[in-house]
Amino acid sequence: MQPVRIHNLQKSYGGIQALRGITFDVQEGELFGLIGPDGAGKTTLFRIITTLLKPDSGEASVLGKDVVDEYNAIRSSIGYMPGQFALYQDLSVRENMNFFASVFGTTLEQNYELVAPIYRQLEPFENRLAGALSGGMKQKLALSCALIHKPALLVLDEPTTGVDAVSRKEFWQMLHRLKAKGITILVSTPYMDEAKQCDRIALMQNGGILSIESPSAVTRQFDRQVWSVRAGSKYRLIQFLRGYEHAESVQPFGESIHYIDYRAGFDPADFKQMLERNGFQGVQVQQVAPGIEDVFIRLMEQEETYE
Amino acid sequence: MNELIIEAQNLTRKFGDFTAVDHITFDVGRGEIFGFLGANGAGKTTAMRMLTGLLSPTAGEARVAGYDVASQAEQIKQEIGYMSQKFSLYGDLTVYENIRLYGGIYGLGDEEIRKKSAELVEMLQMEALRDKRVGALPLGWKQKLAFSVALIHEPKIVFMDEPTGGVDPITRRQFWEQIYKVAEEGTTVFVTTHYMDEAEYCDRVSIMVDGRMDALGSPAELKKQFEAEDIEQVFIKLARGADRDEG
Amino acid sequence: MQSFRAFIIKEFKQIYRDKRTLLVLFGMPIIQMLLFGFAIRNEVENARVMVLDRSGDAVTRQLTGKIDASRYFTITGQLQRYDEIDSYFQQGNVDEVVIFEEDFARRLERGERPAVHVVTDASNPNLAQLIQQYSSAILLDYQQRRAPESRTGLTTRVNMLFNPQLESVNLFVPGLIAVILMLVSALMTSISITREKEMGNMEILLVSPLHPGQIIIGKVLPYLVLAFVNVLTVLALAQWVFDVPFRGSYGLFLAESLLFIFTALALGVFISAKASDQQTAMMVSLAGLLLPTVLLSGFIFPISSMPQPLQWLSHIIPARWFLVIVRSIMLKDSGLLFLWKETLVLVVMTLGFIALGIKSFKIRLE
Repeated sequence: MQPVRIHNLQKSYGGIQALRGITFDVQEGELFGLIGPDGAGKTTLFRIITTLLKPDSGEASVLGKDVVDEYNAIRSSIGYMPGQFALYQDLSVRENMNFFASVFGTTLEQNYELVAPIYRQLEPFENRLAGALSGGMKQKLALSCALIHKPALLVLDEPTTGVDAVSRKEFWQMLHRLKAKGITILVSTPYMDEAKQCDRIALMQNGGILSIESPSAVTRQFDRQVWSVRAGSKYRLIQFLRGYEHAESVQPFGESIHYIDYRAGFDPADFKQMLERNGFQGVQVQQVAPGIEDVFIRLMEQEETYE
Repeated sequence: MNELIIEAQNLTRKFGDFTAVDHITFDVGRGEIFGFLGANGAGKTTAMRMLTGLLSPTAGEARVAGYDVASQAEQIKQEIGYMSQKFSLYGDLTVYENIRLYGGIYGLGDEEIRKKSAELVEMLQMEALRDKRVGALPLGWKQKLAFSVALIHEPKIVFMDEPTGGVDPITRRQFWEQIYKVAEEGTTVFVTTHYMDEAEYCDRVSIMVDGRMDALGSPAELKKQFEAEDIEQVFIKLARGADRDEG
Repeated sequence: MQSFRAFIIKEFKQIYRDKRTLLVLFGMPIIQMLLFGFAIRNEVENARVMVLDRSGDAVTRQLTGKIDASRYFTITGQLQRYDEIDSYFQQGNVDEVVIFEEDFARRLERGERPAVHVVTDASNPNLAQLIQQYSSAILLDYQQRRAPESRTGLTTRVNMLFNPQLESVNLFVPGLIAVILMLVSALMTSISITREKEMGNMEILLVSPLHPGQIIIGKVLPYLVLAFVNVLTVLALAQWVFDVPFRGSYGLFLAESLLFIFTALALGVFISAKASDQQTAMMVSLAGLLLPTVLLSGFIFPISSMPQPLQWLSHIIPARWFLVIVRSIMLKDSGLLFLWKETLVLVVMTLGFIALGIKSFKIRLE
């Protein structure tokens, strides 16, 4: 049984189409990521999956149950961490844990083994009010609370937003540990660099899915060579390359510019000379493996051309 | 890049026994894009408040655009622009009204505001949106507009707090191109962020840990120095040594 | 059941930890009670009285002297003509005018009942009624001392200017109870529910095995208890600090208060089902519930002196019915037999609001 099955899901609010026909399945034990910017429709999709919203049309089933008709059965068997979930700030760490355990009809002791790797880091602060925890610790507590009833499916809406790099890294390590225990995880993030942590990713934009693949397959299917170019002023380089006749795509990428050329027989040495002829100094041209972000940008650009 | 816009010497701020910013020393040049990184609680906000004249240092000194942060805070305010992810523009005012408001706040004349607003709206290609409420615009547009508004009085330096979270990769790059352009024209850009991939776009990056500035250099230099693949790894290596209570 | 219990424990903990709110919850009834109580008491000291003495004999002079001697009144002057009365009142220079009929002493002698006319400015009805009660008491006292057994005596005729009906506004306690219950039950409940929404916790609670009904009851129960404690506090203060008369049945009074608490809680739930954030809930509760309770229920302004449209409007204000009930219990010892109509109105309103609240409280987010 696939824990999540979504077919042609549509949802509009006040004239805006938040989801325009989404279809995908999540396999048992999979760590599935939804990657896309704010407003792509990730939260709406998660709220339908967690039975908090009804779709306008299309079907969605979670753990074999329909999200509209059998919402009650779904509700008690999934773990959900909403995007802005802030726990109860005026309750202590331990009290939050106990509360969510009791609400889901269990106790911390019963499922301690599952949450232990995460909760152990919180134990030194057990009596501290949740409101006084750092962002990373809050996020760990929220995850522990979502896990306390041993859900078969964990739905995490942007769990790493607003959390620093170290905590983000640890968070993903925790998700891998949970996955190893057989829990299916559905997670969303606006950060492209987190995509490689997932088994499969769906790139989302404007209420639609641009692609669903494993992270390596996504980049493997990228059929263009990406060149990383550096030459002094990034601004002037971008301006110049945008006007260059053979340029297909010119995008700043951290310290360098990612350049894609139309020509099949692109010669980096020629290209370098051409730049130097045009007054650029310290030119470096290097081929780089395309990343998720390159793919995303390309898919977005294609989308725009079709429309 | 000879002219220095920020000169900080042993800048320190204590709150009681707690040293939020601990003797940091650094310079930022004209037209430079300077990334100011650190975990929550590392002292970024305190340092930035001192540089913008909102908080006086306990020890050390700093000059921003040539003015002393301790004694010339009023002059500094005229020379800096400020943009934050959370707040910059009023969502219930239109694009045009926001521009006029900030022009007015910075003491531009009516004629100048009119000229500037027209220029700005044209540059951002927002002519069709000028009478729309800012709250109804997509996030990416808001960011671009907020950035332009922060520059309306032609400051020497603009401070940006977590500027590009949550937008799609294309919009994000359009925003960075806008930053590059401004920097090329000579405005210094000071970016605080805790998103490490953002840091890669900066000319130079500093990383604060426990109130100290533990790393300073171009992204390439830092990666080399810390034998890391990216700035995120540099950061993680540094942050692992942090003492400050994470709880 | 275990989850429901956990939920209620959590609610009590949260209320207990929020010291500021707690202070408001328990401090407010006491402070309001003291404010209203003392404000009304102090005003009856040295009320300004003018005398229009048409008779000018020994008895009327004696009576005037008695009034002046009382700590409640000061005679500030004599009037000569009736038509002066209005202008003095309009200028606000006088609180009461006492008019003695012609031939006062002689009529009393003859066994007739000469009239004393007491005119008060009822634009401040509480004050007017108190003044009038006190001056009547002085006159009555005189009469009883003079001829305890006599059936004859003077008649006191009372005139109130500007608000002649003066409908039972003399007691602020019922109004205060209504205001406090609205504040605690409706405002606090709606804020506490919308806070869960704002923090995103409502999403988790909805996705949990907790039934939406349990969430509502869990939210409402602590405030029910708190509101009831507040009723008892106000009642105790009224009785022991201010000696407010209470003639009726305590049981009935508490039962009716409980009913009104339910009304207010149901309103709070209804508001929180509609409002998405705490700010909206607060604005709606204050403007939509508290203001009408203060202004339109007959608490501060007598309903009969309101413009007709406002009088109609007052019918949909629950506090209006509650005030009638509580005043009747406290002042007249009325039983349910007399109050069943008002009680029924409140019951119907409460059931209506509960139905609305349940209907608009969603099992989903939209």
